[in-house]
Amino acid sequence: MTVDASAPPTRRAVLPPQRGSIARRGSVFLSRHPRVRLSLLLGAPLFWLGLVYIAALAALLITALWTVDSFTGQISHTWTLDNIVAVLTGSLYQTVTLRTVGVALLVTIIDIVIALPIAFYMAKVASPRAQRILVIAILMPLWASYLVKAYAWRSVLSQGGIFEWLVAPFGGHSPGYGLPATIITLSYLWLPYVILPIYAGLERVPDSLLEASADLGGGTWSTLRLVVLPMIWPAIIAGSIFSFSLSLGDYITVNIVGGANQMLGNLVYSNVGAANNLPLAAAIALIPILIIFAYLAAVRRTGALNNL
Amino acid sequence: MRLSRPARGLLAAITAVVLALIYLPLLVVFVNSFSTSQNLTWPPPGFTVKWWAKAFQSDGALDAVLTSLQVALASTAIALVLGTLISIGLQRFEFFGRDAISLLVILPIALPGIVTGIALNNAFRTGLGVQLSILTLIIAHATFCIVTVFNNVIARLRRLGTSLEDASSDLGAGIWTTFRLVTFPQLRSALFAGGLLAFALSFDEIIVTTFTAGSSVKTLPLWILDNLFRPNQAPVVNVIAVVLVLVSIIPIYFAQRIAGAEKVVR
Repeated sequence: MTVDASAPPTRRAVLPPQRGSIARRGSVFLSRHPRVRLSLLLGAPLFWLGLVYIAALAALLITALWTVDSFTGQISHTWTLDNIVAVLTGSLYQTVTLRTVGVALLVTIIDIVIALPIAFYMAKVASPRAQRILVIAILMPLWASYLVKAYAWRSVLSQGGIFEWLVAPFGGHSPGYGLPATIITLSYLWLPYVILPIYAGLERVPDSLLEASADLGGGTWSTLRLVVLPMIWPAIIAGSIFSFSLSLGDYITVNIVGGANQMLGNLVYSNVGAANNLPLAAAIALIPILIIFAYLAAVRRTGALNNL
Repeated sequence: MRLSRPARGLLAAITAVVLALIYLPLLVVFVNSFSTSQNLTWPPPGFTVKWWAKAFQSDGALDAVLTSLQVALASTAIALVLGTLISIGLQRFEFFGRDAISLLVILPIALPGIVTGIALNNAFRTGLGVQLSILTLIIAHATFCIVTVFNNVIARLRRLGTSLEDASSDLGAGIWTTFRLVTFPQLRSALFAGGLLAFALSFDEIIVTTFTAGSSVKTLPLWILDNLFRPNQAPVVNVIAVVLVLVSIIPIYFAQRIAGAEKVVR
């Protein structure tokens, strides 16, 4: 370290305040009372999340136990399980739930399968310069509006669209609008959210570990399976949380490319809007809430929640 | 593990194909913004720049961009403060209920947007009796933006350890001085990355926005939703999407440079 004696002591302002000043006493008090420090740190955020979010969710769940007066359209505060029972037993809700979960799972699997080789190439094969360009290339489409991208797929998959135009010479057809189009579009929309955590996870796998595995006689596949996969598993799960939960609640994409198909989000939306039945909508919303809680509980042990 | 040349080639090929697929719809958007056709027929029948001229004169679109910028900046600022506080609290302290709090932070992004949307809508209108406005929208956005800041900052704090902070307080610096001169400079790039994600999340959010924005508040996604299905406006929407993607290169580039400059050998 070189010292330039002629330089004026410009950093004097940063010296800690003298003993006895209020700031100093406060600082001493705080460092002796970690609990106070902790409550000062967590007070504001917990107030925000607890008051804004948890209270709102709880209120919504309580609304599910109320009912709508069919004559006035007002919510009447009589306790009933009718909405919950209707959602649990109605065949419409069962069909739509199965369809939604199926779409969300398929989208998640497709995204992981596509993301793994790309993330691996980015993290372990590409030169640092190419790596940087690839990350930018993956991040950039996130800034094109979600709606514009969904609508672009509508135009790509339309009759006489670019998809038909590309595959027609090989005798192919556009899938048209429907569940396949929904799955394609949702996979497209959430792909960057799956690639990025997996890439970050792979970056944390040291190259030396891969070399050690090779030196000890591990082939490519066994190294991938026994060394790389266990290390990036939390990152994969973290990516899957994004694609799964974003697909589970979507109702706009399915409106744009899904034809007449409905997902859970559509049922909630139509009950809030056109049908003006918030209690029933809240009861339907319980389905994705329960599914997500089950999913989070199942993956909590993998440590995925620290990798989002 | 040493990858053979064919294996490397295969990985490169897969990456190239998927990147091509990622950019195909964006290319369609780009081409359609110059198309004389209003209903996105392919191939485009003719070339025109009139949509670009129209987009830059469209007051609705420019107002919507400004509104979205305001909302995204405000909710990012709130998320930066709350996310930093909560991640220091959870990373530097051991206490009962820590896991519950980290779940609480993740929940607004893990639960479907429509659930968050109707829950907040119900709480604002019937619970608190307030009119929906730009403020309720900012509150809603900040709630689900906290998680991106939280994740970036807590990962950084975990990696930093406490030795430098301990040294600083051993040398007589108070809590605030230590944070300002030791902790914060080391968090800066994590805050930038988390803030950028929060900004992007808020800027493009449509579902929660539908339920929590006042009727006079038109963010860009709401404006796009209004205009996407109008024949005369759809190409203008394409122009705006193209401009957004191009402009986004700047912040992403800086985020990359900051991250790259700090990166250790892999």
